[in-house]
Parts: sequence; C-alpha cells; structure tokens
Amino acid sequence: MRAWGVVAALIGALALVAVWAPRAVAEGPIKVGFGMALTGGVAGNGKAALLAIQIWAEEVNKKGGLLGRKVELVYYDDQSKAATVPGIYTKLLDVDKVDLVVSGYGTNLIAPALPIVIERKLTFIGLFGLAVNEQFHYPHYFGIMPAGPSPKTDWSAGFFEIAGRQNPKPRTVALVGADAEYGQNALAGARENAKRHGLQVVYDKAYPPATVDFTPIVRAIQATNPDIVFVASYPPDSAGMLRAAHEVGLKPKLFGGGMVGLQYASLQTALGLMLEGVVNYDFWVPEPTLKFPGIEDFLKKYQERAKAAGVDPLGHYVPPWAYAYLQVLGQAVEATKSLDQQKIGEYIRTHEHDTLVGKIRFAPNGEWVKSRVLMVQFQNIENNSLKQFGEPGHRVVIYPDEWKSGTLIYPYAKAKR
Amino acid sequence: MFSFHLLLNVIVAGILLGGFYAAVSLGITLAFGLLNVVNIAHPAFVILGSYAAFVVNSRFGLDPILAGLLFMPVFFLLGIGVYRIYYASFEKRAEESLRGLVFFFGIIFIIEVSLSLQYGVDYRSVHAAYVGDSFRLGPIELAFRLAIPCAMALVLTLALHLFLSRTFYGRAVKAVSQDHLALRLMGADPVRIKGLAFGIAIATASLAGALLIMIGPVEPSIGREYIGRVFAIAVLGGMGSIGGTLVAALILGVLESLTSTFYGPSWALAVSFGILLLVLAVRPSGLVGRAG
Repeated sequence: MRAWGVVAALIGALALVAVWAPRAVAEGPIKVGFGMALTGGVAGNGKAALLAIQIWAEEVNKKGGLLGRKVELVYYDDQSKAATVPGIYTKLLDVDKVDLVVSGYGTNLIAPALPIVIERKLTFIGLFGLAVNEQFHYPHYFGIMPAGPSPKTDWSAGFFEIAGRQNPKPRTVALVGADAEYGQNALAGARENAKRHGLQVVYDKAYPPATVDFTPIVRAIQATNPDIVFVASYPPDSAGMLRAAHEVGLKPKLFGGGMVGLQYASLQTALGLMLEGVVNYDFWVPEPTLKFPGIEDFLKKYQERAKAAGVDPLGHYVPPWAYAYLQVLGQAVEATKSLDQQKIGEYIRTHEHDTLVGKIRFAPNGEWVKSRVLMVQFQNIENNSLKQFGEPGHRVVIYPDEWKSGTLIYPYAKAKR
Repeated sequence: MFSFHLLLNVIVAGILLGGFYAAVSLGITLAFGLLNVVNIAHPAFVILGSYAAFVVNSRFGLDPILAGLLFMPVFFLLGIGVYRIYYASFEKRAEESLRGLVFFFGIIFIIEVSLSLQYGVDYRSVHAAYVGDSFRLGPIELAFRLAIPCAMALVLTLALHLFLSRTFYGRAVKAVSQDHLALRLMGADPVRIKGLAFGIAIATASLAGALLIMIGPVEPSIGREYIGRVFAIAVLGGMGSIGGTLVAALILGVLESLTSTFYGPSWALAVSFGILLLVLAVRPSGLVGRAG
C-alpha cells in the first residue's frame, strides 16, 4: 500500500512536470543561430552584418521579443572559410539547440550550410548569395539579395539594358572578372546579356584572385578598343582595376557593372574622383526614390555604433539587408505564431514582406520575384570626403526606371572631368 | 592587338610590379635564405607596415613612404625581439623545424587579430597627391603608384647589397649562414648577428607595407595572398642572394605582366610558377645561388 502511494506520488510529480515543462521552455529565449565572417577576407561585410543583426535583436526584444519570448543570438566566426560552415551549423543545431538559423555573408559561406539545412528540413534565408539554390532547388531557401528570379543574368541586366538604350548603340564589350565563384557567375550572366543585346565580345578573361597589378589587364582591354567594359571584381581588385584604368586612360562609353567594393565607404573615400562616371550595381543608395520606412532610423543607429565596431561607417551595402533578412524571419514567426520550420517557410514563400529595404516577395526558387539590382552612376564627386557619399546625388539610380533618381551621363569620358 | 607600344608598356608595367615584389621578398631572402628562419609571418609584418603607414597618413597626413621609412627602426627592434623569443624557445633547443613554423603561424594570427580588433576589418588606404596619377617617358606611361614602389625597392636592394658586402656586420650575417662555429671562433656572437639580420628583415617589411598600401587597399588578412609568391621569389633568386631576389622578382613581374596582357590573366601565376619549377629543375640552387 505504501509502495502504491509512492508510485502515485511519482505519477503526480511527472504530471506536474508535464504541465509545467512546456511553459518553462516557452519562457526561455528563441535562439537564432548563424555563422558569420568576423575575420578573414569578407569580415568587413560580416562584422557590419552582425551589427545590423544585433540592432534588430535589440529592437525586437525592446518590443517584447517574438511570440512573447526574448530573442537570443548565437553565432560563431566562420573566418570567411567555407570549410568551417558545416561544423558551425551542426554545433548550432545539436549543441546550442537553436530554434532558427540564418546564413552567414556571401555565396561561398551560404552554400556549405545548405546540405545540413536541407537534411533537417529547416527554413533558411541567405544573406547575399548569388544563385546559391540553383543546384539544390530547396523550397525553403530564400535569398535576401534582390538579384531576381534569374540571379546570374539579372545581376548585370541593368548594365546592358542601359547600354542598349544609347544612340548609337554600343557594339562591342569587354568582360573581365575574378576567377572565383562570384566573378564566374557574374561573367556567365554578362555573356548571356551581351548576346541578348547583340554585343560582340572582344575581350573575355578572368584573373586570379591574388592579382596585385591590373595595369596589364587594362592595357589588354584597351588594345581591343571595346565600347563598354563590364567588370566583376572583388573589393581590392575593384580599386586596383579602377586605378589602373584611370592611369592608363581607359575610357570606354560605359565602365563598371559588377564591381564589388565600390559600395563601401572605405573604398569610395579612397578612390574619390576616380569613381566619377562609373556605372555599377548597388542595392540601396541614399536617393529620394529609395526612402523606405525605417531605413533612415536604422542607418542612424548603425552609424552611431559603426566606428566603435570598426565597420563600414555608412552601412549602405550589407547592413540594411542583414536587418531585413531577420525582419522577414521575425514576421513569419509572428504571423504563423510558431517555430515550425515548414509553416515559417511556407509563409515566407507565399506572402509579401514589408521590410526596411522595401517590399519583398520571393519566387519559387527562393530569389526575389522581380529583380531590384540597381545600376547607379557616380556623379558630382568632389573629393575624398565621406560626407558626400552619405548624401543623395552622388550615386544616382539610372536603372530600373521604377527607382530612377537621375539621368545617365554618357559616354563615360563625358562624366569624367 | 599586338603592337610595339603595347609590348613596351607591358614590359615596363612588369618591371614596376617586379620591383614591388622584390621589396616584399627581400625580408624573406634575409630570414629564410641567409638565416634559415622560415618566417612565414613576413607578409603579416608587411601588413603591419601597411597599417603603420595608414595610421600616420590618416592622422597626420604624412607621406606613406616617409611613414614606412620612419617605422623601420621600430620594426627593426620588433624583429630583434621576435628572433630572441624564437631563438630561446626553438632554435636553441634545435626544435625550430616544425615548432618554429607553428610559432610563425601564431604570429600571423596575433598580428591579424590585433589589427582587426584595433582598426576593424574594413579596407584601408592612404592618400597621397601622386597616387592615381601617371607620367610619360616618350612612349612609356608610368603610374606613380607603381613607379615609386619600384624605385624604393631598387634603393632598398642596393642598400642591403652594400650592407652585406661592404660592412663588418653584413659580412658577419653572410658568415652566420655558412658556419656558426667559424664565426664564433672569430669572436662574433652568431645569435646577436642573426638577431640583427632578422631585425633588418623585419625592418624591410615596414617599407614594403607602405609600398603595398600605396598600390591597393589592405585589410588585416590580405598578407596571406603573398606568402606563396614571396617564398617563390626568394627560392628562384637563389636563397640568400639579394641581387638574385631582385632579378627573380623582375622576371616574375614581367612574365606575369606579359602573360596577363597577351594570353590571359588566369595563366599569369601558372606561367610564373612553371618557370620557377623549370629553373629549379635546371639550377636547383636558383638563379644566382651557389651551385652545390
């Protein structure tokens, strides 16, 4: 009889635990896990993205969190190395037991996480990955970069569209880019766009990532006398290419396109007047046509903390998107009132999301349903001051027409003073 | 596409690039070639030199080259300090081969992380009136951004050559690479001499760093991209030959430039390293190294 009493007491205790445990768990924070490049080659963007994510988490927590629970960020430095990514995401999921995961910065660091994400059937938003889902076709991957449903070609579509609108229409093009993931993808898209616009490709070469001097490449391009030059380069190469072009006197009718780094304040202030007339891709610039609700408040908060964090002082390039990809995830969690990955993924796929980078709707392949890769032209550059790049009128949106904020100065030589 | 004007300019661009390569490689030649110290952290010291030039240039507006020269004594002392630790911890115990390598790997990480924490991971550049401008010498166009580093590299090479061949300490550095014991019998302290030579090797990184940041923007981890190339130049030059380093650097620079322009930049490094293998197959001691 006494034994039955003990059993009954145990059952009672277990029942109490069963009743109280979910509530105890529910009151714990929602953990959002990710790897991020905090050291290594793309750490400049990774650290800036982290600051933006932290601002998002602080703001969400100030408003009471998600589903009434605080948000806790769990992150590790992926060192800008793809090899570290699978280990990081395994640890996040198995050891840290995070509730949600998002990607690190860039194609090379998103792709290695996808097999794990797919295996665990998670919803995954990628930060600045170019055509990452092209091989996987995973229905719950979403890319926050506005490259459009055909990212490779959409990336440079604006550059070639601008060229095609000129009279007389340019006839020849030189294509040059880094011999790496981004460069190869961007060049492949540029080749298709060149073909679509009937341009003859007179130079089409890739350069190795460790190239120090771009003068020989620029001279080779100059020797082919192209009407337009499309460049798909990484940040230090973009500076090297632009300096070499300036020194050699390369003046095609249109120059730029896919130069990564010209969106960073550090390179803008370093290159100053050399940027004048360059037409290059961008995702957000401080032009009147792109003043989405919340963006200015966010940038103000970011810029106040950027110096101490040692990151891009203006934060126009990656930070708004790093904030937005968590905004999308947070909105999906709130709307579905759940942490169920399938429900969250389904919601993101089928709804339009209001973010500080504008309204976002995803295509079936996880890319934006409509491209918003901007082509901006550097205009009215006076010197190397940082202030001008934080103001409108210096990176004028030329394409797409929907977001246009100024007129192209054509040809490039006319823009250069 | 081919023209004599283009060929001439491409060769000159290669010479300028080679001059810069020489400036970065001289420290490796001294440390690796003459002292047998596998200082794989040399490119990281070069980046430290770049940041020193950046700080002085951005805060006080000082010319980056002048900043590089001013910091040379500081880097010299830093080099002596690093060598003392290396000697006491590894060389003295004859454990320098693998553990010494790990030591220099550690130094790379310390430098990179320190720079990241102090200055962030953003790209840094210097401002000087001549960066971005070019001048003409007949049919040849020369960019100041590359011509000045090349000229400085030539001066540095000449200075090191004169130091090693005309001064007592210079000859002692050469002697220490050949016979420790004989040097000791002559009344010189090999450890002190090696420390001095390693200090000079690191001092060259100060100037090389200033030249690097003139050519392009830098971030803390960018030095890793140069490790292979600078060691290749030191080996091709003949391991320990200052003149050989310059010749090897110029050959690599010109080859890279010619391949980039006339064949395709993707092949530039492959051709350069192919030539390195070919030279080593024919002359294992390098271009200017002593045979046997």
